[in-house]
Amino acid sequence: MELQEFISNFADQFEDTDASEITKNTIFKDLDEWSSLLALSVSAMAEEEYGVSFKGDDIRNASTVEDLYMILKNKS
Amino acid sequence: MYNPFSLSRKTILVTGASSGIGKATAIECSKLGASVIITGRNRERLNETFSELENEGHNQVIADLCETSSLQNLVTGIEHIDGIVHCAGITKNIPFQFATTDKLSEIINLNFFAPTELTRLLVKNKKINKGGSIVFISSVSGVLCSAPASSMYSASKGAVNGLIKGIALDLAPRGIRVNSVIPGVVETNIFEAGVISEEQLEENKRMYPLKRFGKPIEIAHSVIYLLSDASAWITGSNLLIDGGLTLQ
Ligand SMILES: NC(=O)c1ccc[n+]([C@@H]2O[C@H](COP(=O)([O-])OP(=O)(O)OC[C@H]3O[C@@H](n4cnc5c(N)ncnc54)[C@H](OP(=O)(O)O)[C@@H]3O)[C@@H](O)[C@H]2O)c1
Repeated sequence: MELQEFISNFADQFEDTDASEITKNTIFKDLDEWSSLLALSVSAMAEEEYGVSFKGDDIRNASTVEDLYMILKNKS
Repeated sequence: MYNPFSLSRKTILVTGASSGIGKATAIECSKLGASVIITGRNRERLNETFSELENEGHNQVIADLCETSSLQNLVTGIEHIDGIVHCAGITKNIPFQFATTDKLSEIINLNFFAPTELTRLLVKNKKINKGGSIVFISSVSGVLCSAPASSMYSASKGAVNGLIKGIALDLAPRGIRVNSVIPGVVETNIFEAGVISEEQLEENKRMYPLKRFGKPIEIAHSVIYLLSDASAWITGSNLLIDGGLTLQ
C-alpha cells in the first residue's frame, strides 16, 4: 500500500473538495465537506481497495490523512 | 389469572436468539408461558440464552439460516409450532456507490431470503398450527424512512414489508397471521460491529423525541402482543415502535 495512492483514493470520496487540498497532513475533519457519510465512504473504499475495514473509533482517533493511512497499514 | 397476552400452551420458534432482540424475545416468551425453540449460529451465546429461559420444555438448535441444509435440518426437527419470530438479521452501513451486488446479496440473503424460505418450508410442511402468528423484525428503515448509507439494509426490510402483506393474504384461510414490528434504533450488538462511532450514536439519540434508543425487551413485548391471542384480528400490519422518531 502506497501513501500517495491512499491519499488519491481518499480524495476521490469528496465531491466539492479539490484533490489538491488534500495532502498527508490535511486534518480531514476540518474540511467543510467532511461528514459521517463521508467517513463511511472512506471506510468502504478501504475495504474495497485494501480489504481492511476501519472501525468508528479508528477514524475518530485519526487526525491527518497520514494517520488514517498508518492505521490501515497496521491492519493489513 | 386474567392475562390476554399469555403464551401458555404455545410453541414459538425464535431465530437470532443468541443475541439482542431475539434473545430478549425468547426469554420473555418463556416468562409468558411459551415453549420456545431457539436458534442461532454461536453455540456459546445460544446456550446462554437457553439457560435464561424460564420453565421447562424448551429446545435449542444451532443453524446457519443462509445454508440450505442447515435450514432444512431446523425445519425437520420441528413438529408443530404456534408462532415464529424472525429476529436473525444484519446491518451494513455502506454508501450506495459501494453497494455491489455481492454485498447486497449478503444482506438480502439473511434479512429477506432466509426468513422467507424458513416460513415457506414450515407452511408447506403444515407445521404451523391454526391460529398461529408469524412475526418479522423489520425496521422503520425501508418502510417509513432510511438513513445515510442504509440503502441496502432498507431494501432488505422494504422487501419484508411487501412479503408480509402477501403472505398474510395467502395464510389467512389457514388462520395464520403475519405481521412485523418496525423498530427505530435498539441498543444491541448490531452496532458494535459497524463503523458508527460513539459520538455519532449520541447525536442520533437526540433525533428521538423520547431521547433514547429502544431496549430489546421493549421490542420483545411488542412481539409478544402480536404472538398472543390479544392481537387475533391483526394481520399484514407493521407495528411501529420508534420512540417517536418518524413523527417529525
Ligand atoms: N438493533 C437495532 O437497532 C434494530 C433496529 C431495527 C430492526 N432491527 C432488526 O432486528 C433484528 C435483530 O437485530 P439485533 O439488533 O438483535 O441483532 P444482533 O444482536 O446482532 O443479533 C443478530 C442475530 O442474528 C443471528 N444471525 C446472524 N447471521 C445469521 C445466520 N447466517 N444464520 C442464523 N442466524 C444468524 C445472530 O446469531 P449468531 O450471533 O449466533 O450468529 C444473532 O442472534 C434484525 O433483523 C435487525 O435488522 C434491529
